[in-house]
Amino acid sequence: MKKLLLLSFPSNLTGEPITYTLIKNYDLKINILRASIDYNIEGSLFLQVEGLEEKLDLSIKYLKIKGVKVKVINTAITIDEDKCVNCGACTAICEVGALTMDESWKVTFKKHRCLDCKLCIKACPVRAITSIV
Amino acid sequence: MTVKKSYEEINEKIKSGEAVVVTAEEVIDIVKEKGMKEATKYVDVVTTATFGPMCSTGAFLNFGHSDPPIRMSEIYLNGVSAYGGLAAVDVYIGATEESKEKGMEYGGAHVICDLIDGKKVHLMATARGTDCYPCKEVETYITKDSINEAYLFNPRNCYQNYNAAINTSDKRIYTYMGILQPNKGNITYSTSGQLSPLLNDPLYRTIGIGTRIFLAGTVGYVSWQGTQFNSGGARDERGIPLGGGGTLALIGNLKNMSTEYIRPAVFEKYGTSIFVGVGIPIPIIDEEMMKHVSIEDKDIYTNIIDYSVKRRSKPSLGRVSYEELRRGKITLDGKEIKTAPLSSLQKARKIADELKTWIKKGEFLIQEPVQTFPTNNKLKSLEIVEEEEV
Repeated sequence: MKKLLLLSFPSNLTGEPITYTLIKNYDLKINILRASIDYNIEGSLFLQVEGLEEKLDLSIKYLKIKGVKVKVINTAITIDEDKCVNCGACTAICEVGALTMDESWKVTFKKHRCLDCKLCIKACPVRAITSIV
Repeated sequence: MTVKKSYEEINEKIKSGEAVVVTAEEVIDIVKEKGMKEATKYVDVVTTATFGPMCSTGAFLNFGHSDPPIRMSEIYLNGVSAYGGLAAVDVYIGATEESKEKGMEYGGAHVICDLIDGKKVHLMATARGTDCYPCKEVETYITKDSINEAYLFNPRNCYQNYNAAINTSDKRIYTYMGILQPNKGNITYSTSGQLSPLLNDPLYRTIGIGTRIFLAGTVGYVSWQGTQFNSGGARDERGIPLGGGGTLALIGNLKNMSTEYIRPAVFEKYGTSIFVGVGIPIPIIDEEMMKHVSIEDKDIYTNIIDYSVKRRSKPSLGRVSYEELRRGKITLDGKEIKTAPLSSLQKARKIADELKTWIKKGEFLIQEPVQTFPTNNKLKSLEIVEEEEV
């Protein structure tokens, strides 16, 4: 299974090889979507992780015990349906096929495909898309 | 014998609730099923619609007079400049004008839609002061109900046909056709295609000055040919322009509009624009008209234009039908390229259905054009010349 995790870690953990541990001990495939780490100050990592469900759960427990704040992200963006006019401008720049037009020409968002590039936020002419992370 | 119907006959049927009204999409199957002649007898009105971004939009407002009165020269509505080079309290607010403070994120389009929504709008105006208009400055709040007239005037809408856009450069570009990815990364297009008004009446036989229309949720009218009206350009065998073709100038009462059918738009690093919903009924006066409205996306072609060329004349990479564009990807020179719309077909369908309901209820009659448009109009360009060269 795949999950999007937003990790925030305190200054004492910025020197730890967290990602390595996740791969090595929990056999997770990791795609780093965003990383911002200031050594000895603070850090945040936005990851797409893929692996067995029980290993994913154990890895989250490990992170929490370590003192990492873990937020499981169900979706990186949200579309305000009242604002959306279903023009399709966002689908032009979504490289991963998360935003597409359905058969009735409405925009559909497949959140499991989203890699949080955020380009759709800029592409939306009615500003209906906002970032959650 | 060929089938012919007058506007009077069609309107009588509408009034008695007997008119057969279908959308320009629904009519396609009716013609296939019944044949051209029977379909012409059967269908009275075909509704067309579009909901696309159209920069050439604005509204005339008359605020009423203050005491003491002012002849406004510099005018701001929620910080967006409006043009006041008219009578004392008449202004025109253009959709693409951007606010001093918020830039393109809040422009004339937003002011227009805030007024439609009944919101309070801050008005600030200054003047030189004259004997008859002594006041030099006013600051107040208005709503659409506190002012006299407020009407939308669209100098250009309903482009008959429009380019699809591509970018062959190695940098992402930001355009009114949306964000275009480098190296032919995507193609955008903007039309409701087989549902689009002027693609269903390509020779302007029933759409002309005075045509009654659906404009942003209320009744409006075609007031003139739209700006950049290029009816004299090349056409295919069905009469469909190969390039932009005709356009329409539209007018309607802003006070009765609904933001369900008109919405501000912001094109990143380009500017403010506005989505305007338009629905136009086409009376089926004869078989020729039925032939026009039975057009399908597969019959309508456009050019794929390279927007990375920063010149007036941009090269075309080829022609493509709207049916191909609607598939979501096309193959161009062996490369598969994603295609995406900018004009909402979902909204256009809603408008075509809404207009159909109005006509079926007998509330909306078909107005024969007071005058039809020329079919030989050519587009001119701005040449930079010295005075003596003119």
